Amino acid sequence: MTLIRIILKRLLSMSITLIGVAVIVFFIIRIVPGNPIAMMLPPGAGEEDIARLKALYGFDKTLPEQFLIWVRGILGGDFGTSITSRQPVMSLVLGRLPATLELSIMALVMAVMIGGTLALIGTRQRGGKAEALIDVTNGVSLSVPDFLWGLLFILLFGVLWPVFHISGRVSPALDLPFVTNFYLFESLLRLRFDIWLDLVSHMFMPALALAIPLAAIIAQLLKQSLKETMHLDYATLARTKGYSENHVILREALPNAILPTLTLVGVQFTFLIGGTVIIERLFSYEGLGNMAIDAVINRDLPLIQGIVILFAVIFTTVNLLVDLTYALLNPRLRHG
Amino acid sequence: MSFLELKNLNARVGPLPILRDVSLQVAPGEVRALVGESGAGKSMIGKAILGTLPDAIRITGGEILLEGEDLQAMSPKARRRLIGAKVALIPQDPLTALNPARRVGPQICDRLVDILGWGRREAEARVIELLHEVHIPAPERVMRAYPHELSGGMRQRILIASAFAAEPQLIIADEPTTALDVTVQKQILRLIRDMQARHGTALLFVTHDLGVVSKLCQSMTVLFGGKVLEDTSVDQFFSAPDHAYSAALLAATPKYTDPGGSLMPVPEATIHAVEAEIAAHDLAHQIETVRQ
Repeated sequence: MTLIRIILKRLLSMSITLIGVAVIVFFIIRIVPGNPIAMMLPPGAGEEDIARLKALYGFDKTLPEQFLIWVRGILGGDFGTSITSRQPVMSLVLGRLPATLELSIMALVMAVMIGGTLALIGTRQRGGKAEALIDVTNGVSLSVPDFLWGLLFILLFGVLWPVFHISGRVSPALDLPFVTNFYLFESLLRLRFDIWLDLVSHMFMPALALAIPLAAIIAQLLKQSLKETMHLDYATLARTKGYSENHVILREALPNAILPTLTLVGVQFTFLIGGTVIIERLFSYEGLGNMAIDAVINRDLPLIQGIVILFAVIFTTVNLLVDLTYALLNPRLRHG
Repeated sequence: MSFLELKNLNARVGPLPILRDVSLQVAPGEVRALVGESGAGKSMIGKAILGTLPDAIRITGGEILLEGEDLQAMSPKARRRLIGAKVALIPQDPLTALNPARRVGPQICDRLVDILGWGRREAEARVIELLHEVHIPAPERVMRAYPHELSGGMRQRILIASAFAAEPQLIIADEPTTALDVTVQKQILRLIRDMQARHGTALLFVTHDLGVVSKLCQSMTVLFGGKVLEDTSVDQFFSAPDHAYSAALLAATPKYTDPGGSLMPVPEATIHAVEAEIAAHDLAHQIETVRQ
């Protein structure tokens, strides 16, 4: 019951958010200087050519009219046509989405694994040298932004000691037998481990660059709440039953300490997805973020709008998933 | 031979002594009260035995013997296992002593299964039996519940059942009724007494409630400032206390026979005398250390 109510409530607030995003992005990109027509004009074009082009893309109508046309299109599943590539925005954007999702999820998995391990080690060795070292590492990781990590990795593992690919999503020479754009996932399903390894080798550095700041946050927060939980009565009681410190951390403290961390990870994961824009550019990774930058440079208004809406859908969905996971993990919410 | 024996146990926080040459014994099946004001160190003694002292507190001398074996000479793992098998704790606050993220049943069974090597089925059957013993209706349902679905009294019953589950030889009860309603307190005390009598477990009962001591315990140790002032039988204490502080403590207990009477604090002169006694003890201790 409660779960269904939570979902319905969140779906409602999601749609309000999306409407807000649609309005804001639509008007902002039309207010800022630079327009797509000027980008397309050949040298020496006259007033007449400009008017014809404007009419072709609907820029001759008033802003509210344009907005209504756009919204009506979206409701019918049509996000318009990209000005630069003349293809439907919908298929362009959905074609790139899998690449960005795979990169973000890879980064999230890395962040959880690194951050979680550090938090557990730090809790086990609390008060000792290992914890101090983890605290310092966290501080450094947090104060360096993801794109600088990216540059550093390119220098270290792309130039000085070239072990990873520094550009693209997959080696162009490879023959891809895939029907979806979820290459990483599909290569596993088809047991094409050669392609999978090539994909991972391309994805490893951008994913790690995205993961490091999030890993530091997870390590810090989870360690803090684990340490607090380890002082609580039920942890003490478990120790008197004969359990080892490791056991108490993993079975008594972790299930409780993970809840506050989870909420924050949800929020931070959306930042991570935002970070893909620059990281994808840096590594020439063919995802949504890279496409977004191209779209902005070319003033491809319909494409920008489509990408922003899609990002907004991803963000709100992630938040919804986090809330649901929280409700599932916390018995007091589940029954209450 | 006594089951538990503390010999001249000393503990400190930094330079500050919190246990001063504490010696006491608990024989098998004995019910001993550990009495004192807040800060007298009575809970610390329980924690020292269980090995759950806060990191800041160090044991600086003395022995903790369990069946003649010195716990501090053992490896941490061996000590943990021994305590887990032979000693159990009934904690102070039942609201925080159960893990909110885990179902109640596994929390009671886990020691039997993981530490004592019972089968899961066997352990569950035993725990259901115990829950009946502590008067919990529908134990099967309660075992599947989460702690927040149960009342404080229910939770304390569950913790009592859990303490008796492994048939320990000693149970340390750390003010087990302080956090409960007055009406529930009585039931829980009666329950602890009945369970103790039925299982013949030795009980170290940490409390500041002399009324509880007189009903429940046979012997008692009076503490002040981490020092044992008196070690006596309960009958002896209530008829003719040996130490001046004990007498003052007894006089300060409100009487049912005089409901309108004013509450008496322990006189300041008595406190000063005890503090002087402790200071003299510390000085003697220091001289002894320097001489060595």
